[in-house]
Amino acid sequence: MNTPSSLMNRRTLTPAGEALIEARSLSVAFATGPNVLDDINLTVERGDLIGIVGPSGSGKSTLLRVLLGSLKPSHGTVARSRGMTIGFVPQVERIDWNFPVTVSECVGMARSRGWKTPWITKNERVEILDVLERLGLHGLADRHIRDLSGGQQQRVFLARALFTGAETIFLDEPTSGLDVKTRHEVLHLLADLNAEGVTVVLSTHDLNGIAAHLPIVVCLNTRILGAGSPERVLTPSILEQTYGSPMKILEHAGMRVVVDAGYNSSVDNPALTTVPSAKRVSGL
Amino acid sequence: MTQFFAAVDLFGPYEFQFFRNGVIVATLAGALCGLVGCYVVLRNMSYIGHGLSHAIFGGYAVAGLVGVNLFLGAGTWGVVTALAIGGIVRRRPIGSDAAIGVVTTASFALGIAVVQKYGSPGKNADALLFGNILGVNAGDVWLVAGVSLTAVALVAFGYRPLLFTTFDEEVAEASGVNTTLVEVLLMIVLAATVLATMSVIGVTLIAATLVVPAVVARMLTDSFSTMLLIATAVGAVSGFVGMNLSFHLDLPSGSTIVLVATAMFLAAFVLGNRVHLAGKLGK
Repeated sequence: MNTPSSLMNRRTLTPAGEALIEARSLSVAFATGPNVLDDINLTVERGDLIGIVGPSGSGKSTLLRVLLGSLKPSHGTVARSRGMTIGFVPQVERIDWNFPVTVSECVGMARSRGWKTPWITKNERVEILDVLERLGLHGLADRHIRDLSGGQQQRVFLARALFTGAETIFLDEPTSGLDVKTRHEVLHLLADLNAEGVTVVLSTHDLNGIAAHLPIVVCLNTRILGAGSPERVLTPSILEQTYGSPMKILEHAGMRVVVDAGYNSSVDNPALTTVPSAKRVSGL
Repeated sequence: MTQFFAAVDLFGPYEFQFFRNGVIVATLAGALCGLVGCYVVLRNMSYIGHGLSHAIFGGYAVAGLVGVNLFLGAGTWGVVTALAIGGIVRRRPIGSDAAIGVVTTASFALGIAVVQKYGSPGKNADALLFGNILGVNAGDVWLVAGVSLTAVALVAFGYRPLLFTTFDEEVAEASGVNTTLVEVLLMIVLAATVLATMSVIGVTLIAATLVVPAVVARMLTDSFSTMLLIATAVGAVSGFVGMNLSFHLDLPSGSTIVLVATAMFLAAFVLGNRVHLAGKLGK
């Protein structure tokens, strides 16, 4: 099993890279409540594609916010590489969809540091259109963000993060509420960006659809209970510790599928819990 | 309608200096409130105009009690109150509406208590409560013009950080925007706006001049930049038309201005989908 201490050695699983963010002995508590995060040690290196998984309330979003710098830890340190920029894609549930902002305005607001013209310049407009086209949002620049599909909305905020010029992007539950097809489109997009050199850290509760296809998975439930490749981390023991419920791992068509051990019907018929298009991202 | 215009001398009142001052101030105040009101409405702080104007009344009374310049004292009080509201919302799990309710009504209660105990610090207390647009002087014109210029400068120079912080404060902060500075500047301009327009519109009506133009604009567009332009225009038109109507119909100027804005709200509500501008003006 991968323990928090063995997490420090997980670099053997991935190509060595420059450390961008280093969290050491990190703990977070709100008011007088128990720790939301406890003794977290985590290193994000350039080029990583990391998925943080865990049940609701496990501290996934809090960990992202601490790594991002928008929340101060109660204890421990977070060191970020000097001058690095981080783009953040929040949960779509947090977005005010009635806010009057078009797609291009939403993306353009990302460049807010230093003196900028109130209006989007011609060069910026070209850049925005390029980013939108790259993310499959061609022709939507002047649409209101509410008038897009779930996948398109997710990509708008990804475009905003990219438009900052960020080399590292954090995404909080990027596939929440998306259908299977759109979920895989987003996953492929992130994989493509990562292949182009963008470091990606995301939180997800989707074990089979997302986490199992990422190079590095971090199992979190207040503490880090395992970290490394899905093969090493998505084990019945670690998953039970993480989710507090017994789980089984099935092999189906060359893929590992996590199922709740309580649902015998699923265990008996693995096809029921297999994501049909999961093979498309096996290259991750 | 033709008979109405034939029967009245539309330009007659412009012979009077007080009316010219009043029209200038009402138009500028309307535009100023329309512009600033967009941020107020989109931050779900629509009640803050009403609350701040009441809070500033408290500052006015206390300033008179301790012998400080009334305008300076009330203005400082307003800024501190606005920042206190923002601080409470950020640091405690309390909604902005509740924070506004607590801070501003407490301040207003303090003002009432002071005035009851020690008397009104000046003869303008009633004007602050109900507005006195026909009594504005050149100083009021310069004050509203100065605050308007400051607000336009803030929006122009800080357009993107203001938009980002208003839309998504946490992500803005994570992206390197100094959201605390943005908040402080916005609250200072908001307090100055309330203070500068309060003697014209009055404590009891100022919330409408902040909120209604922004709401009208929101119903007509899905673009933020266009909303700013429309709200400023709606505010200016309601101030100008309201001021003129108030003279010819012999009605209180503050309430006429608000009623004109309300008429524009009703028109936008009915026709909103047909005239939805969808960001075209901002391009």
